[in-house]
Amino acid sequence: MVKRLAAKQEVVVFFTIVGLGLVIGLVNPAFFTAGHLFNLINSSVVMGIFALGVLVVLLSGGIDVSFTAIAVFAFYSTVKFLGTHNFQGSLLVPFGMATLIGLGLGLVNGFFVSRLKLMTLIATLGTASVFRGFLLTFIGSTIYTKLPSSMVAFSRAYLVEVVQGRARYGLHAGILVLAACALLTWFLLNRTMLGRGIHALGGDRVAAERAGFRIERLQYFIYAFSGAIAGIAGIVHSSMARIAMPSDLLGHELNVIAAVVLGGARITGGKGTVTGALLGTFLVTMITQSLILLGIPSYWQQAVLGALILVGTALPALQAKRKEAVGGALGGVS
Amino acid sequence: MPETIIALKEVHKWFAGVHALRGVSLRLERGEVHSLVGENGSGKSTLIKIIAGVHAPDRGEVLINGKVYPRLTPLDAIREGVQVIYQDFSLFPNLSVAENIVLTRALAAGQRWIDRRQMREQARAAMARIGVELDLEAPVEELPVAQKQLVAICRALVDNARLIIMDEATTALTEREIRALFEVVKALKAQGIATLFVSHKLNEVLEIADNVTIVRNGTVVAAGPVAQYSRSALIRHMTGRDVDEMTYQGPQKPSGDPVLEVRGLGKAGRFFDVSFRLHAGEVLGLAGVLGAGRTDLALALFGLRPADQGEIRIDGRPVKIRSVRDAIAHRIAYVPEDRLTEGLFMSQSIGRNILVSSLDRLAGRASVVDRAQAQAIVARWIREFRIVTPSAEQPVETLSGGNQQRVVLSRWLATSPRILILNGPTVGVDVGSKSEIHETIQELARGGMAVLLISDDLREVLQNCNRILVMKDGRLVAEHQAGAVTEAELARQLSGG
Repeated sequence: MVKRLAAKQEVVVFFTIVGLGLVIGLVNPAFFTAGHLFNLINSSVVMGIFALGVLVVLLSGGIDVSFTAIAVFAFYSTVKFLGTHNFQGSLLVPFGMATLIGLGLGLVNGFFVSRLKLMTLIATLGTASVFRGFLLTFIGSTIYTKLPSSMVAFSRAYLVEVVQGRARYGLHAGILVLAACALLTWFLLNRTMLGRGIHALGGDRVAAERAGFRIERLQYFIYAFSGAIAGIAGIVHSSMARIAMPSDLLGHELNVIAAVVLGGARITGGKGTVTGALLGTFLVTMITQSLILLGIPSYWQQAVLGALILVGTALPALQAKRKEAVGGALGGVS
Repeated sequence: MPETIIALKEVHKWFAGVHALRGVSLRLERGEVHSLVGENGSGKSTLIKIIAGVHAPDRGEVLINGKVYPRLTPLDAIREGVQVIYQDFSLFPNLSVAENIVLTRALAAGQRWIDRRQMREQARAAMARIGVELDLEAPVEELPVAQKQLVAICRALVDNARLIIMDEATTALTEREIRALFEVVKALKAQGIATLFVSHKLNEVLEIADNVTIVRNGTVVAAGPVAQYSRSALIRHMTGRDVDEMTYQGPQKPSGDPVLEVRGLGKAGRFFDVSFRLHAGEVLGLAGVLGAGRTDLALALFGLRPADQGEIRIDGRPVKIRSVRDAIAHRIAYVPEDRLTEGLFMSQSIGRNILVSSLDRLAGRASVVDRAQAQAIVARWIREFRIVTPSAEQPVETLSGGNQQRVVLSRWLATSPRILILNGPTVGVDVGSKSEIHETIQELARGGMAVLLISDDLREVLQNCNRILVMKDGRLVAEHQAGAVTEAELARQLSGG
């Protein structure tokens, strides 16, 4: 039991987070302040929501690099539309709208992947470009700093606030959105046949087909889900940033995918957990946000992050290899 | 009171003009163990797929549990209790044992939510029925092949199987695991579950089956109680000719230095203190169960995983073999056990696969391959081995198993080796191709090649080798002259009983 636990990547990542936290805290006690912790959590929220969508796609054996494009498309068109109509109503409307837009764009991905059977990376690379291009050409390219009032209110919604010196720090309510999405995703993946179908598809596609899973439908669902999640993440992101930029989030997708893989998701599909994805996200955020506290110049962040990803993905591979070797040797005397 | 589970009457099937099944009839009763025997391409797989509802017959009738199905679907078949255990098991490697056993059933029942406790209980109940115990939470990818198979059988049971079709179920199993599987088949029989056992290992057919149906070229050439057939009769029906099962004699008195001599060879944790001599013209058998260290020894001789102790001599001179290049330089060739993962580039052409290990030799001074010569070599081996293909440009993955095996053999023979190491050369190959491969091996030896034949197919070893080494737990434990040892005696030594 202990062995199985130790073999889990989540546990390793968890202790890495704790260890890294201790090191950073020892060098710079500012790390342990509530203010910094809140900052860290707030910065993880959007990436964490994205990570859930990425997890579902990775589990199914696919990869989606279009989710940031979908998020931008979703929040930008939502903000523009609601802005031109001078919308004053509930926060649920922008969230609902962006989710639906994300879902729709996700279905486009689903079409290419399940009907045309394109490789998922190629398909989503293509759609990502199309989504961004379409957005800039037909929807708009100006930056909006005036968001709908509900989103502005949401941007100031803190669950807890502390005052440190002259600055005020708060834990943003976005964490609730993340928590809700995480619960939903966990339930979907572990307690529904649909979720087990996603695991099955990622484990062995042919076997899943023979077992009677409807692969096409599953794939439509997976990409629609990833798109919808991206839409939600988009609204949270643009609210927290208080701006709607059509060129936002460009290039962030690989960091999120890396975080999820670091959290134990298998890049070839079939393995991965919500907890792992969230821990991976947190670790990546911690590195990008806290290296400054260690006095490490910020351009080192990319290098450190890259190294961590290499170590994080090489470790399970090494473990598997060693296990094989040991198993073989034991087999020799059995 | 017998009760017919499945009856096929005069079933025909055409594929793009090819008449794959020509009026096949087959009947299985409750609790019957029925063997379906035939060479590759005889129509066995098509027949299985018709019973499983994957293909619809073009003519003829399929009755399951007394009901006529003009258009049987896979779902119908499953509902009627027909379960196929495919060679690859169709399991989910990433999911737990319990989930693999139960998931298909739950899906078919239209279940939308997952209840883990119920899942474990159902899985446990299925395992109890065949008297096995596995860790329910272990991911299937961590299990050995034999246990994966048990998981697949349990899954079939959960699906209320009345007929379990086992497609080449024993190919990847060791002798002991095959015994265990037979016990499971008996347990199924006792519960009234019929088994259609598809195999081309005739000893197994003779041992386990009540009845046998032999197909050749899409027709049933013989059928009836297994007791009526001898091994040679089965072979005659399968191949349509008498296949020689002659024992290879080898050179009378090997003279001169052995081509290959191994002294005290060892590799930590794998094999220990291995010494033997191999002369030109000999086929030396190396028998051992899976995990006895036989493959490790072969890999060491071929430089893939070099040994860390002892000495290798070629023509009496000590040599170092630290890499495959060293081995090839000493004209050693190795035909691996698992041709799919170790041997072949599946998507590349047959020609390229044959040539890949000879490129160094073919390359001229400017390191440019002589195309004409290359093509001549490819054509020669395709001809000599009767590889059935329209062109050398076809990718290897389009070939049948037997033909793929010949491509691997061709590749190594194209390097004109002096020492040929064969590891399970006929695993997954039908009787006809098997005897052709055996003929080739013996011919090569007669031509002066030194052959080391590794196999756990004892009959194969006894037939083709003039000397047999027995390996157990990484050590050589016995040596026999051909004809001086019986199959039973050999089997006893292997399992260490």
